[in-house]
Amino acid sequence: MDLRLVIDGLAKSYPGRPVFSGVSARVDGGRRLVITGPNGSGKSTLVRILCAFIRPTKGTVTLSVENRNLTRLDMRPHIGLVSPDLVLYDELTAIENLSFFAGVAGFHVAETELRSKLEEMGLGGRGDDLVGSYSSGMKQRLKYCLALLRNPELLLLDEPSSNLDDSGKQLVDRIIKTRKGIVVVATNEKTELGYGDQIIRLG
Amino acid sequence: MKKPNSDMETRSSGSVKRSLAVFFKDVKSELRTRYAVNAILMFAVVTVFAISFAVGGTGLDPLLQASLLWIIIYFSSLSGLSQSFIKEEESRTAVALRLYSPAEIVLGGKLLFNLVLLFVMNIIIIPLFAVFVSLDIANYPLFLTMLVVGSIGLASVTTFVAAIISKASARGALFAVLSFPLILPLLVEAISGTKKAMVQGIEFSAARTELQVLVSYIIVMTVLGFILFESIWNE
Repeated sequence: MDLRLVIDGLAKSYPGRPVFSGVSARVDGGRRLVITGPNGSGKSTLVRILCAFIRPTKGTVTLSVENRNLTRLDMRPHIGLVSPDLVLYDELTAIENLSFFAGVAGFHVAETELRSKLEEMGLGGRGDDLVGSYSSGMKQRLKYCLALLRNPELLLLDEPSSNLDDSGKQLVDRIIKTRKGIVVVATNEKTELGYGDQIIRLG
Repeated sequence: MKKPNSDMETRSSGSVKRSLAVFFKDVKSELRTRYAVNAILMFAVVTVFAISFAVGGTGLDPLLQASLLWIIIYFSSLSGLSQSFIKEEESRTAVALRLYSPAEIVLGGKLLFNLVLLFVMNIIIIPLFAVFVSLDIANYPLFLTMLVVGSIGLASVTTFVAAIISKASARGALFAVLSFPLILPLLVEAISGTKKAMVQGIEFSAARTELQVLVSYIIVMTVLGFILFESIWNE
């Protein structure tokens, strides 16, 4: 499948405070882009722009999927996101969360499939527990289950190994290295810079 | 690239089904947290008792009965119906919801949830009002019609305004300030129609004008809500 992410001359500023400017990249399917930079340099802001949660001050983001150029809201059905910004419902179980988001996204996933996804992410046997009872590392693993649920063409990972133990980091490493779509990683970790076929340095 | 999980997906569930997913999630969430129900119940019970003490068991004329009833319904709804959107923003679950669900699906689900919540609230308020204040209903079909139509209008406006104020600070005050001018026409007509239902010998058709205004109001507000909601939700 023809797949390409084009970031063209992106700039973002808040009143009296420029965050970044002149950010451009072109990433083809199967390739990985790493966004790095010090705290406050705009890594998470750039991820939010890619998700169309906020608008850039200047520039455009286009995702080409099978020769269709998608921008902003049209990109969302093709995005999987793992980010500190993304929070799941504490009062629902893991299965209920995954089932709900699949439902509102317009597809059905059988419960056995959901349980096997949880098993893959090291959450086997905890699918019926309320997410509010999960540790921060377990919540991070659950975010991966959700992000991969609809097999997105564009996987956005902001602080991908945040709160994870060694086995969790290995799982993330495997996910990033085996994805066939585009993976964008926003990180400060030096060990994660190696994931990038391209690197955007902010700040 | 072929989607490897396409075999486990049955696409195109339809907008109604997706809105129902939001509705049932909110119901489940509400049953477990009682976030909105507690606020509504406490406000409704306290207000009914406060009015009961104030009027001191004296007989009230139909206009006063209808006015007090709708004032309680209005302020009780203000205390609870904004919670479904505010909770999504406060607990930051709105980010995932935005990513996975189009705006109209969210609005449809939240509107249905608020409507059901408002009907549940009415089921509690009206008997309390009848016992502790006064409720002399002469025309039950008209009374129930006014209650149902007025509640639908109230739910549609408060749901939309709740979405607007959910990202703001000082939400409580803003919700009341923004809602009141929008809801005023509905309150005037609902009070007028409900008053007629409390007068002996009045036919259902006597409240035709009020019903026509209320139905037109609901159509306009609901259509406007769905048109404007996308930019409110996504920006």
